[in-house]
Amino acid sequence: MSEGNTAAQSYAPGTHPDLPAPIRTTGPVAWVRMNLFSSPLNVALTLVAIGLLWWVMPPLFEWIVLDSVWTAESRKECWDKMEVPEGGACWAFIKDRLRLFVYGFYPQASRWRVNLSFVLLAMAVVPVLYDKMPGRKFGLWYAVAFPFIAGWLLVGGLGLTPVDTDQFGGILLTLIIGVTGISFSLPIGILLALGRRSKMPVMRILCVMFIEFIRGVPLIALLFIASSMLNFFLPPGTVFDLLIRVLIMVTLFAAAYIAEVVRGGLQGIPIGQFEAADSLGLTYVKAQMLIILPQALKISIPGIVNTFIGLYKDTTLVLIIGMLDPLGIGRASLADAVWAGLSREVYLFVALFFFVCCFSMSRYSLYLERKLHTGH
Amino acid sequence: MPASMSDGISEDEIRQPTKELTVGEDVAIEMVAVHKWFGEFHVLKDINLTVNTGERIVICGPSGSGKSTLIRCINRLEEHQKGKIVVDGIELTNDLKNVELVRSEVGIVFQSFNLFPHLTVLENCSLAPIWVRRMRKTEAEEIAMKYLERVKIPEQAAKYPGQLSGGQQQRVAIARSLCMNPRIMLFDEPTSALDPEMIKEVLDVMVELAESGMTMLVVTHEMGFATAVANRVIFMDFGEIIEQNEPHAFFNNPQHDRTKLFLSQILHH
Repeated sequence: MSEGNTAAQSYAPGTHPDLPAPIRTTGPVAWVRMNLFSSPLNVALTLVAIGLLWWVMPPLFEWIVLDSVWTAESRKECWDKMEVPEGGACWAFIKDRLRLFVYGFYPQASRWRVNLSFVLLAMAVVPVLYDKMPGRKFGLWYAVAFPFIAGWLLVGGLGLTPVDTDQFGGILLTLIIGVTGISFSLPIGILLALGRRSKMPVMRILCVMFIEFIRGVPLIALLFIASSMLNFFLPPGTVFDLLIRVLIMVTLFAAAYIAEVVRGGLQGIPIGQFEAADSLGLTYVKAQMLIILPQALKISIPGIVNTFIGLYKDTTLVLIIGMLDPLGIGRASLADAVWAGLSREVYLFVALFFFVCCFSMSRYSLYLERKLHTGH
Repeated sequence: MPASMSDGISEDEIRQPTKELTVGEDVAIEMVAVHKWFGEFHVLKDINLTVNTGERIVICGPSGSGKSTLIRCINRLEEHQKGKIVVDGIELTNDLKNVELVRSEVGIVFQSFNLFPHLTVLENCSLAPIWVRRMRKTEAEEIAMKYLERVKIPEQAAKYPGQLSGGQQQRVAIARSLCMNPRIMLFDEPTSALDPEMIKEVLDVMVELAESGMTMLVVTHEMGFATAVANRVIFMDFGEIIEQNEPHAFFNNPQHDRTKLFLSQILHH
């Protein structure tokens, strides 16, 4: 069937105007037809998908929202309030334990310091992520200073009551490990990637050995090394905080992966870019900073963010060496006889927390890719 | 004089210099007994070449003859293994400081433009003056605009290279080199990647550059350009300089058999 019921009009050469596209190819109806019902197989798949959603979504929605209970003192009270026991989610449990999920066992009286750190973190993240922010230069300097300010606020000393790092837990712990890992693994990973491509053999071999060792060992093994073996390598008497050891291990682990992702990006840069930078008289460092890395990192964004997301989720592994991240807090809470049996709520809540964080990173990475696209 | 040029664009289309082109007394580049190998492959063999300031030299020869390698040795994008290269009084050795100094005095234009795709045209041009010459940004941008006007694309300053045509990109590349105020310009087949209609706009800019007295070494097969501005044409084959002469004599009276063969191939096929 053709759109040309109107007699094909002819134009003198060079005078043909731009005509609107046929209706079949634009608009929502066309979209549905092209994407959902374009072939018998596609029609079948669409129907199956609609059926599945119809089957899964309504009961899930009922359980999570309609039949859920938000205020109760115990599991028993929760279930008593429902028409069908266990027929809805008992969010009262999560509400009751929310502080634990956020702060872990951080002393009650000092929790304002954690809250302040969260606010300061948000203020540090904005100038890093949005280059159109007014006064971004100062914002970036502040972002560099932030880890030290936050470290002081959280650990204490210098006028603040000291808090042991083994009292850190929950979302606080996840953010500490995640943010530290992300912000330190990127620069270290970039240096490792450059080192691996260096013309100096010693440098290259050291970087290759480091990357291959770290990538060849599971993170859990590294965390066990951090929690038990590291003391063997340090001079006797050195007390090295467990959290710091974990931070170092997680950072190095992510850095090795970042290094390989960035190396992939560097290999995607045509040799002509290096030559053009060299021929203008730029030094190695300037050529890397101004010409090569901006392009290589842009290509590497999906891989880098992928590594970051992996790192962020891997922070839950610290529960194996006895640290209580949100998942650890959840498991500990389930041991409470008053609430026991509400594991679905706990795991759903923890999953939601991680999903929100990781999905945001993923969306930001797409935004960044679009923004940095310059039409080549 | 060859009547028709099948390679590139015909001679009468190229802008002719409007003033007498002269050659200076000072030596700009001196290559003495230069050899270079790529692995086992002997790519440059005993190259001896002295270039005075203001000279416009066209280097031609079949592909693989070492002509690109030769000019790339002059700003040490390629390292020579034997012999001596002195550029503007500075000898090229492993001393990185010397190399960077020479590179800031010698501009090069590549066949594939090699503009920085993540920077605008203006940023491409002002980058080296700011970071190598330590110029203030406003001053560097003024200079960049001056040269963009000279290559006739000031209106494209805010665009990214990916949005320009090949000819425009190559003119930006020339402007980018000129912003460093180089004493010597090297051209490595600057028009080979261009569509015929864009070759002329690039060659016109190069002719203008020759009028300004720039020392130029140009690897090209645009014989029309050679006859218009070159004071010397060098023919290379198998890594050697086979023959060199002023253009008129080079084209009408080639001495060496290989030169004759090469000219017959590029001029009538």
